[in-house]
Amino acid sequence: MYSGMSTELPGRFRTWLSARDWRLYPHQQAMVVAAQRDAHVLLVAPTGGGKTLAGFLPSLLDLADDAAGACGDDDRLHTLYISPLKALTVDVHRNLERPIAEMDLAIRAETRTGDTPQAKRRRQRARPPQLLMTTPESLALLLSYADAGRMFARLRCVIIDELHALVGTKRGDLLALGLARLQTLAPRCRRVGLSATVAYPDELRAWLSPLAAGDDVVFVRAGDGPPADISILNASNRIPWSGHMAVHALPLVYERICEAATTIVFVNTRAQAEIVFQQLWRLNDLNLPIALHHGSLAVEQRRKVEAAMAGGRLRAVVATSSLDLGVDWAAVDLVVQIGAPKGVSRLIQRIGRAGHRLDRTSQAVMVPANRFEHLECMAALEAIAAGELDGDPPAPGGLEVLAQHLLGCACSAPVSAAALYDEVRRAAPYAQLPRSDFDDTLRFVECGGYALGGYERYRRLTRIDEGLYRAASPRVARLYRMNIGTIVEAVTMKVRLKSGRILGEVEEYFIQGLQPGDTFVFSGEVVRFEAIRETTAIVTRATGAEAKIPAYAGGRLPLSTSLAHRVRTMLADPSRWEGLPEDVQEWLRLQQVRSLVPDPGQLLVEIFARGGKAFMVAYSFEGRNVHQTLGVLLTRRMERAGLAPLGFVATDYVLAVWSVRPAKESDIADLFAEDMLGDDLEDWMSESSVMKRTFRNVAVIAGLIERRHPGQEKSRRQVTVNSDLIYNVLRRYEPMHVLLRATRADAARGLADLGRLAQMLRRVRGCIVVRRLPRVSPLAVPVLLEIGKESVFGAGVDELLDVAARDLIAEATGAHDADDGDALPEARAKPRRRYRA
Amino acid sequence: MSRTPFYFHETEVVSCVSGALVLPTLGALVVADLHLEKGSRSARRGWLLPPYDSRATLAALADAIDRHAPRRVVCLGDSFDDNDGGSRLNDTEAVRLRAMMAGREWTWIAGNHDPLPPALGGACVEELTIGPFVLRHAASPGPAAGEISGHYHPKAAVVVAGRRFSARCFVSDGRRLILPAFGAYTGGLDVFSPALSAVIGRDFTVRLLGRAQVHALPARRLHGSPASAPPRTAAPPARL
Repeated sequence: MYSGMSTELPGRFRTWLSARDWRLYPHQQAMVVAAQRDAHVLLVAPTGGGKTLAGFLPSLLDLADDAAGACGDDDRLHTLYISPLKALTVDVHRNLERPIAEMDLAIRAETRTGDTPQAKRRRQRARPPQLLMTTPESLALLLSYADAGRMFARLRCVIIDELHALVGTKRGDLLALGLARLQTLAPRCRRVGLSATVAYPDELRAWLSPLAAGDDVVFVRAGDGPPADISILNASNRIPWSGHMAVHALPLVYERICEAATTIVFVNTRAQAEIVFQQLWRLNDLNLPIALHHGSLAVEQRRKVEAAMAGGRLRAVVATSSLDLGVDWAAVDLVVQIGAPKGVSRLIQRIGRAGHRLDRTSQAVMVPANRFEHLECMAALEAIAAGELDGDPPAPGGLEVLAQHLLGCACSAPVSAAALYDEVRRAAPYAQLPRSDFDDTLRFVECGGYALGGYERYRRLTRIDEGLYRAASPRVARLYRMNIGTIVEAVTMKVRLKSGRILGEVEEYFIQGLQPGDTFVFSGEVVRFEAIRETTAIVTRATGAEAKIPAYAGGRLPLSTSLAHRVRTMLADPSRWEGLPEDVQEWLRLQQVRSLVPDPGQLLVEIFARGGKAFMVAYSFEGRNVHQTLGVLLTRRMERAGLAPLGFVATDYVLAVWSVRPAKESDIADLFAEDMLGDDLEDWMSESSVMKRTFRNVAVIAGLIERRHPGQEKSRRQVTVNSDLIYNVLRRYEPMHVLLRATRADAARGLADLGRLAQMLRRVRGCIVVRRLPRVSPLAVPVLLEIGKESVFGAGVDELLDVAARDLIAEATGAHDADDGDALPEARAKPRRRYRA
Repeated sequence: MSRTPFYFHETEVVSCVSGALVLPTLGALVVADLHLEKGSRSARRGWLLPPYDSRATLAALADAIDRHAPRRVVCLGDSFDDNDGGSRLNDTEAVRLRAMMAGREWTWIAGNHDPLPPALGGACVEELTIGPFVLRHAASPGPAAGEISGHYHPKAAVVVAGRRFSARCFVSDGRRLILPAFGAYTGGLDVFSPALSAVIGRDFTVRLLGRAQVHALPARRLHGSPASAPPRTAAPPARL
C-alpha cells in the first residue's frame, strides 16, 4: 500500500510527469489524497479534464508500491473499471498502457467485454489481471459464477466512469445492485465515481455510497476551465416559421466546417442526421471528408467512422447522441448543434467535445431551425451563463431489474432472503424498497409468483433450509447468463440493399408503415422500400428521387423543465427580446397586437376557426412528450363533450387540437382540469402500445420471456410467445402481479412524463387565459404548419386506428361481408376522420 | 356484430370474431389451434409464463359454445401444445372442459403438436368429413375443394390513415378455408409468408378479427400485398 500521506509522488511518477512537462491538476491531487485516506470519492469534471488519470493514479501508485515491496502478488484483482461503453473500455485501456509501459510498472491491465474470446475470459477468472476494464453487464456475469467470492475478495478499488450516464437508468440500477454484492464480497473495496457536471451531485454521491448514504463519499470538483465560446448562428436569410432541419443555415455551417480543423455536427434525431448529412454533401464543393454516425447504422460502419475520427482522417461528422459519451478526440475544435439543444446539461457535454482540454477554449455554434428554437437557444445561453443545469433526479429502481439480480445472486452461491434484502437496500435505487416488494420479486424469481399455483415443479430456485435459496439447476444459471442485462433492443429489422449489402437497422414499426415503392433516406442515401423477407427489409437505391422523410422518431429529445421555464420567462419579457433577430422580434410584437404574449404563470389558449374546423392552441411549453399525452387525454374528453375532435399535433412548445365544433370559452378550464389524469389515463394507458412495449422490456429483463438474440428469430419462432398476448392474459387474470406493477411504474416514470403533466395542470389552474380570435395568431402559425407535414407514430393511436379501420372498411365494402368476397369492391374512399397523435 | 355469415363451398358458414367457425347446416362449431397448456410447457423449459392461458382459451371456447349451442364441436388439431398437455390441465379447467364436452359430439383432430389423443374423452381422428366439408389439421398439398383446416395461425394487416392494424384472420381462396388460431398465447403468421402462399391461391379473401366484428378484405387491400411482386417461393409448411 502506498503510504506517503502527501501528494508528493514517488520518483518514477515525478520523472515521468516532468519529462512530459505535465503536473497534476488540483483535482488529480485531491484524488490521490482521498485514496490515502481510504475514502470513497466522486469526481465531477468536464469532459477532457484528465478524469481517467485522476481515477487510476491512486491504483497505479498503490500497485507500484506493492511491486516495490516485492510481495510478488500479481494474481490479485486490485482495481475494477466499469464504463457504459465497450469502446470506452478499450480506449481507456490504451491510454493506461502508455504510462504503465513508460514508467516500466509491473502491472497487468486487461479489458473484458462481450467481445473478449472465451479462452481469455476463462483465464481472467482463474488468474485475474490487476486492473480489469469492463462493462456493467460483464460485471453481472462475473458475479453470477461460483468463484465470484474468490475472484473479488481482495478487490481494493472500483472505478465507475460516465456515472452521470448510468445513474437513473436500468443499467445503473443493475450496476448499483452489482456493486452492493461486490461490497459484500470485498468489504474493503473503495468506490470512485467519475462524472460530467450534473444538476444532482448529492444524488450521485448517495448512489456511489456503499451505504446509500452519501456523506461517506468525498466530493471532488475540477475547475471548469476557460468558458466555452458559444454563439447562435445568425443566418442572414429569414428564419423559418417551422421545421427542424435548419437547411436554410447549412451553407453557413459548411463555411464554418471549412474554417475549422475538425467539426462534430450534433443533431437531435436520426431523421435530422440523414437530412443534414445529405444537404452538407450537396454543398461540399471541396469534397471534404464528412461522415455520418447514428444508432441505426450498422455497427461496423459506426466503428469505421469512429476509427477515421480518431485517426484524424475526417473534417466533420454528423452525429446524434450516439457520440455523446466517451472516447477522447482532442482534435475537435468546433462543435455545431443543429436545432435547439433541449437541455442545458446535454448541451454542455456536447460542447465539451470541442477542445477537450481544460486549458483550451471550446468553440460551439447553435443553429436554431425555426423561430421558437431561436428563443430556446437564447434561453440555453442564459442558463449556461447562470451556471444552471437540468436533468431529473434518479427515480427508484425497477422490480424487474431486481428480479434479474436476485436470480444472478442465487446462481453464484446459496443466499439468504433476509441478508439479501439488507444488501439490496444498500444500493441507492433500492434504499426505500419495501420488504413486501422484495418478497414478491423473490417469489416471482422462484416460481413465477402467480396466485394460481402449479409451477412448483418448474421452480428456478431451490430452498435449502432456513430461507436459503440457490439456483435449481445448472440450466437455470445458463439461461440467466444468456439473458443478462437491461438493454432490450427495440424490435428492429435489418435494412439490406437488394444487391446484398446491409445498411443498418430500423425499428420494425417504421418499416411496417411503408408500402412497396415508398422512398426514405437511410444511411445517407435515398432508398426505395421493396419487400420484407423474414426479418429484413429489402431496399434498392433510388437515385434522384425525392425521399419521403424518415418518420422514425428515434432519439427525439424532450425539452427540459428548466429550459422550458426560461423560454416562458423570456417570452413574457419584451425587454429581453433585443438579442433576437429582427424577424423574430417582429413576430412576437405582432403576437402582442393580434392576441397576447402570456405571462410565465399563465396558460394561453387560443380559439379560432380555419378551413371549416375549430382550432384550439395551448401554449404550455412542456415538451413534446407531455403535449402528446395531453393531446390524447384532451381529445378523449372533447369526444365525450360532443365536440367531435378530428386530430391534434404536438410540438415542444405548443399543442394544437382541431374539432368539428368549437369549445366554449367557459368550458376550457374544465377541459384542462387535473382530473383528466384519473380514469381516462388508466384506460388509455392499459390499452396503449406504450404499455405493451414497456411490458415486453420488463418481461425480458425480469426473465419472464427470452431475449431475442440476433439471427435466432427463425429457429425460435416455434417457441417464443408474443409478449402482447401474455400482457393481455396476465392483466385479465392477475392485474396486481409484480411484473404488471413494475410495468406501470416504468411507464409512468419513463414514457409518459406524467409527473410533469400533472405539475403543469396544477400550475395553470385558475391561470388559463382564453383568447377567441378571428384568425390564426402569429404564434400559432408554426404549429399549424406542422399539421400534415409531420407523421408521428406515437402512443395511444391503437383505438383511434380501430375506429378509422372500421370507417374505411364500412366505406369500402358498403355493407359487411355480403358474399364470399373475391368480388369485393375496391377500397376507394379515404377515411372521414384523420387522427394524428 | 360478432358473427358474419358467408358462403364457402356453396354452403353458408359463419366466421365469429372469437376466431371460431360455425357450420349452421351441420350444427357444428369448429376451432383451430387451441394450444392449451402452452404456458406450462414453456415453464418446463425455464420460462415461467402466466399459467392462465388454458383458462383464457377455455373461457372463450365456453363463450362460443354458449352462444351457438352446437350439436358437435371439432377442434382442428394442436388443441394441446404438446402430448402431455392434457395431463397438465388443472382440475378446474379439466372440469370446465368436460362440462363443455358433455351432451355433444366432440372431435379432436390430431395435430403436429398433439398427435396422440388426450385422455379426456371425445373422438380422435386424423381427418373428418362432415357434410360437404373435409376437416383436417393442416391444408393438404393437393387440390382440396371444401377443405377446412388450421395449423398456420394466419394473421393479416391493413394500413389505414398511415397506421397499420394487424390481427388474426380467416383466409380462403374459395376452395380452402384456413382458421385463425384460437389459443390465448398463439401468435400469427402473415398471410403473405411463403408457407401460407404455398397452400393458398393468389386470389384470396381474409376475414380480419376486429374488436367486435369481422372485416372481409381482398388480398390486394392488405398490407404486404406484393404490389411489386417479389418472387414467391414455395416452401414446405413450417412447424408452428
